[in-house]
Amino acid sequence: MTRTSLQRNAVFEASQAEPVEEKISALTAGVERKPSVSAAALAKRIFNMAKDLRGFFLGTLSLLAFLALWHFLTAYRVNIYVRFVNVPSPEQVLDSAIKAFHDPKFFSHVMLSCRRILLGFMGAAIIAVPLGLLMGRFKILREIVFPVTEVLRPIPAIAWVPMAIMLWPTNEESIVFITFIGSFFPILINTLHGMTLVDPVLVRAAQCLGAKERAIFREVYFPAALPHIFTGLTVGMGVAWVSLIAAEMISGQFGIGYFTWEAYSLVQYADIALGMVCIGVLGLGSSAAIRGLGYLVMPWNR
Amino acid sequence: MDAIAPKGFIEVEHFHLAYPSRDGKVAAVEDASIHVRPGEFVSIIGPSGCGKSTLLNAVAGFLKPTRGSVTVDGEAVDGPSADRGMVFQQYSLFPWKTVRGNVEFGLAMKGKGRHARQTAARTLLGLAGLLAFENHYPDRLSGGMKQRVGIVRALATGPKVLLLDEPFGALDAQTRLIMQQILTNMWQHLKISVLFVTHDIDEAIFLSDRIYCMTARPGTIKAEIKVPLERPRLPEMMVSAEFSRLRQELMSLIREESLKAMGGEISAEAMQGLSIDLHGESLASIL
Ligand SMILES: Nc1ncnc2c1ncn2[C@@H]1O[C@H](COP(=O)(O)OP(=O)(O)O)[C@@H](O)[C@H]1O
Ligand SMILES: [Mg+2]
Repeated sequence: MTRTSLQRNAVFEASQAEPVEEKISALTAGVERKPSVSAAALAKRIFNMAKDLRGFFLGTLSLLAFLALWHFLTAYRVNIYVRFVNVPSPEQVLDSAIKAFHDPKFFSHVMLSCRRILLGFMGAAIIAVPLGLLMGRFKILREIVFPVTEVLRPIPAIAWVPMAIMLWPTNEESIVFITFIGSFFPILINTLHGMTLVDPVLVRAAQCLGAKERAIFREVYFPAALPHIFTGLTVGMGVAWVSLIAAEMISGQFGIGYFTWEAYSLVQYADIALGMVCIGVLGLGSSAAIRGLGYLVMPWNR
Repeated sequence: MDAIAPKGFIEVEHFHLAYPSRDGKVAAVEDASIHVRPGEFVSIIGPSGCGKSTLLNAVAGFLKPTRGSVTVDGEAVDGPSADRGMVFQQYSLFPWKTVRGNVEFGLAMKGKGRHARQTAARTLLGLAGLLAFENHYPDRLSGGMKQRVGIVRALATGPKVLLLDEPFGALDAQTRLIMQQILTNMWQHLKISVLFVTHDIDEAIFLSDRIYCMTARPGTIKAEIKVPLERPRLPEMMVSAEFSRLRQELMSLIREESLKAMGGEISAEAMQGLSIDLHGESLASIL
């Protein structure tokens, strides 16, 4: 105890020289001043920009290298146990892409897949997020629902295909249902996880400021869980695409997954690759959309 | 400001609190009686784990006494309320709200309109020298700034009493001193009762009208000490004879309890045998 107070004494003696008021103003003045752009800071900014530029450059280069490898393997019909004999070349895929872009049927495949994703995924988010929040808040609900979800969760969405066909009157509905099932559990589990990580001190702070149950739920639990909800949404979106494509290949008559499978049946090899590229781009786009939404909704997390 | 009458009379009588544990219940606080008169600044000091936070949390309404009573202005405390503002050691600002959003929170809970909230929050932030940061998120602030926001947030709802649990424990000595001055300034303007928990003797003397000294666990009130230093308190007072006398008195009270909290008296032989780096001071002078 003496030592700490000795140290403190030293502080107070030193502070006799300049009154505390001055220090307060010095402190606030120091922090309120706008940071000036020094030469070092500028150099650092340029350095960071150069690093970003390098990332962009290397990324482009690696994509080009991939295309070149693809071209080489197909142009020379390489056959080293893995057979590239029938694999379409990038040029052929580009040709069929240009053809497909002028074909309204191709667009209707893409649009239909997007619609299924939107319905299935949104349905899952609309049910799983509130359910996860409530399960996190009310132990009794968790005790009732959790065993059921734990039993259903390990079943891959694709295994639901026969059941879905039996359950729903139309094919369309069963495919949306499978997409829904695929994204439902990742969203639920991550939301629930986010709720368990809420700092209890923040809940107390809110209570001391007069917040009641509903306000605490809305102002503390929900924003605290948001980053995890978005993790769930990102994972859920990925699984939604996996499930959708599988369902379309098995039981579809339309959709980009069906398009890809049909291309195989019709020996339109270039269209197989086109379908794959298209699925990749759509998946990338939808996870970017969720990231963008997260960026907008959680400005403090930037 | 001067027209405001002091408010917030905290009375804790024969307070017992036992936490449930594996083998029954373990007493954390036993038969503690304290009071804070309206407008008074009172500190609780004691070794770590003696039940200071427990006592404060009971006044805040987070814990119910096992026995005894906790009242504020004659009314039994029943759950947390905006009448009793609290400042936590871990800052506990809402990371998803801006500085002003944090300060406005309590006012929003009271149903105050947007304009009224903004005006009140900006006034208080101005007093604390934080107006330039009103739109910042807490993670951009230093510890001292965060805790100023914490205090301003707790005061914004106009509570009767302010409870602080080692609020400056994580700050460096310089920032601490400034924060102590800001806190006393605000307290003198608002004329509310303050119950302040600390384990720092100098801090307790510098801030308080009275100090309660607690025993090691299970905590009881060991002594009550008046601080007759005049106000406003200036840092120069910390080297006065009066201050030294109080420090000495508190130190000997605390020392016994700290030793108990560490598991009993340490023998003289053991002391001599220790060779810890003490930065040139002897161990005996430290204890
Ligand atoms: N939630 C709890 N459950 C069980 N024991 C607790 C709990 N909180 C505190 N304690 C015990 O009660 C005693 C007093 O704790 P606390 O009031 O936090 O002390 P202080 O704030 O003085 O350091 C400590 O010994 C601590 O281990
Ligand atoms: Mg404590």
